[in-house]
Amino acid sequence: MATNTVAKRLLGSKPIVHLLLIAAAIIMLYPILWMLGSTFKPQNEIFTSASLWPKAFVGFENYTKGWSGVDGHSFGRFFLNSFTIAVGAVVGNVLAGSMTAYAFARLNFKFRRVCFAIMLLTIMLPYHAVLIPQYVLFFKLGWVNTVLPLIVPKLLATDAFFIFLMVQFIRGIPRELDDAARVDGCGYMAIYWRILLPLMMPALVTTAIFTFIWTWDDFFSQLIYLSSPSKYTVTLGLQAFLDATHESSWGAMFAMSILSLLPILVIFLGFQRLLVEGIATTGIKR
Amino acid sequence: MRRPIATLTRDRARSVERTAVSRGRFRGRTLGEGTTAYLFLLPWFLGLVGLTLGPMVASLYISLTNFSLLSAPQWTGLTNYTQLFADPRYLQSLKVTFIYVFLSVPLKLALALLVAMILNTKVRGRGFYRAAFYLPSLLAGSVAIAVLWREIFSDNGLLNQVLGLFGLKNLPSWISTPHYALYTLVVLAVWEFGTPMIIFLAGLQQIPRDLYEAAAVDGAGRLHRLRNVTLPLLTPIIFFNLVMQIIGSFKTFTPAYIISGGTGGPNDSTLFYTLYLYVQGFTQFRMGYATAMAWVLMVIIAIFTAINFFGAKYWVYYEDKGS
Repeated sequence: MATNTVAKRLLGSKPIVHLLLIAAAIIMLYPILWMLGSTFKPQNEIFTSASLWPKAFVGFENYTKGWSGVDGHSFGRFFLNSFTIAVGAVVGNVLAGSMTAYAFARLNFKFRRVCFAIMLLTIMLPYHAVLIPQYVLFFKLGWVNTVLPLIVPKLLATDAFFIFLMVQFIRGIPRELDDAARVDGCGYMAIYWRILLPLMMPALVTTAIFTFIWTWDDFFSQLIYLSSPSKYTVTLGLQAFLDATHESSWGAMFAMSILSLLPILVIFLGFQRLLVEGIATTGIKR
Repeated sequence: MRRPIATLTRDRARSVERTAVSRGRFRGRTLGEGTTAYLFLLPWFLGLVGLTLGPMVASLYISLTNFSLLSAPQWTGLTNYTQLFADPRYLQSLKVTFIYVFLSVPLKLALALLVAMILNTKVRGRGFYRAAFYLPSLLAGSVAIAVLWREIFSDNGLLNQVLGLFGLKNLPSWISTPHYALYTLVVLAVWEFGTPMIIFLAGLQQIPRDLYEAAAVDGAGRLHRLRNVTLPLLTPIIFFNLVMQIIGSFKTFTPAYIISGGTGGPNDSTLFYTLYLYVQGFTQFRMGYATAMAWVLMVIIAIFTAINFFGAKYWVYYEDKGS
């Protein structure tokens, strides 16, 4: 009877719904948890056991084996490269995006409407339309196999989606604040820097976390722009590792995969509310 | 989200303004409004001209040439485009991508809607379920998950181990059987239903309670309310998700690349459009050909989006237009 009430408290008045949801949650999360468990299993156990818990615990052997990386470059190098690119992209999107958004949302200038319309149109433009000419341009500039093609476009506010997000946000901030600041002697620059940027924090954080996640996960542009192992990012490192080991060391492969997901998991745990709200209100893709 | 942030903004606004002012005036000469605007727009404008508009024009030109990056482009007119439709691998990539889009998008959206409706019924632990269902879609674009998928669907991978517990033996390697490989990627896409689910959930919470109460007073049962209240009011959200998911699915690249080892195999069964574009452009260096592919992809996406918008008139319900 005691267990009955406990079960009832846990499951509420809709036990069937809960059982279905729990089953679904297990199916959804099982692959990830199994991958985590497998990083502590010996190679042969990965292929013979569907259990989450390792029977023969190998400690962090798979992690140290994987960390040594490929072609003489450790995953430490790849993580550093990924962080460099992701941080550069975040700074670019936040700074250039908010500057552009400020001009569109608050300042009057000639051709404002036309420029704004063009900006909106570029949101819809698939990346593939400019892919190859951009590659040719960066090739001619000698930027291929450097991080520049992955960061400079962000510094030039090419992620128009975030500009739009920030324009919408600034429009929600009362204009009287700008006016009051102007009366107190603030110029247009100071209004941006001292009034709007601090108030835009939720929009800036949303931009930063999505930019970070997408850049961290990005495979396509890193694949085409970075070719030497010393420049590899985590995603390229994983891919190279997969090619090099020919599936002979799944344990190490999984260990590095788990590590590569860690930054995203940390963001998920820390910013879950902003992530969910960002998606719910703006329908951010993916 | 709007309300809490609005009040939060107002509260912070006061303190921010106070500190901004008390920190002293911004010294030095201040720029005029127009000048400031152009200064602030400069990065965007450089990007627009140098990385978007310029490349778009260039891309039209490159698609009409034979170009291998190292030698100058040679004008070939529409040859690339006519060649495309005589290229069996290109047609295969179209087929693969269309099957993928037509299977994965409806399945993913149906599941997202179903789960969102269940979670909208005030079940206990909603936050946990929402997080559990959303997390995979946050991770799914990564190489790590594609690697995991490659293992799960291999011959002694996780799936076959689990099926083995139910007595099923001698199962194939799903990713290396041409007949099944594409479906493993459809499963991956459906596994990512979290994002549209969150959007559906937000939409469901916007539906006014009193509509349900009114319907209940009129004697409408569960199914009636679903058909006459929930679904019609949700159609703009369904439409939005449909458009976004179709566009996104056409551009799928990473999982197909990782699972097939960059080849689109076995037997070109996972040769996605963007994967073939990559192969042509960046391993064969047929950049003219790849650019032509990019233009056709854009046209396909534009047509689908247009069909969606045109068709929306017949099934999407907008409240402010009246019923």
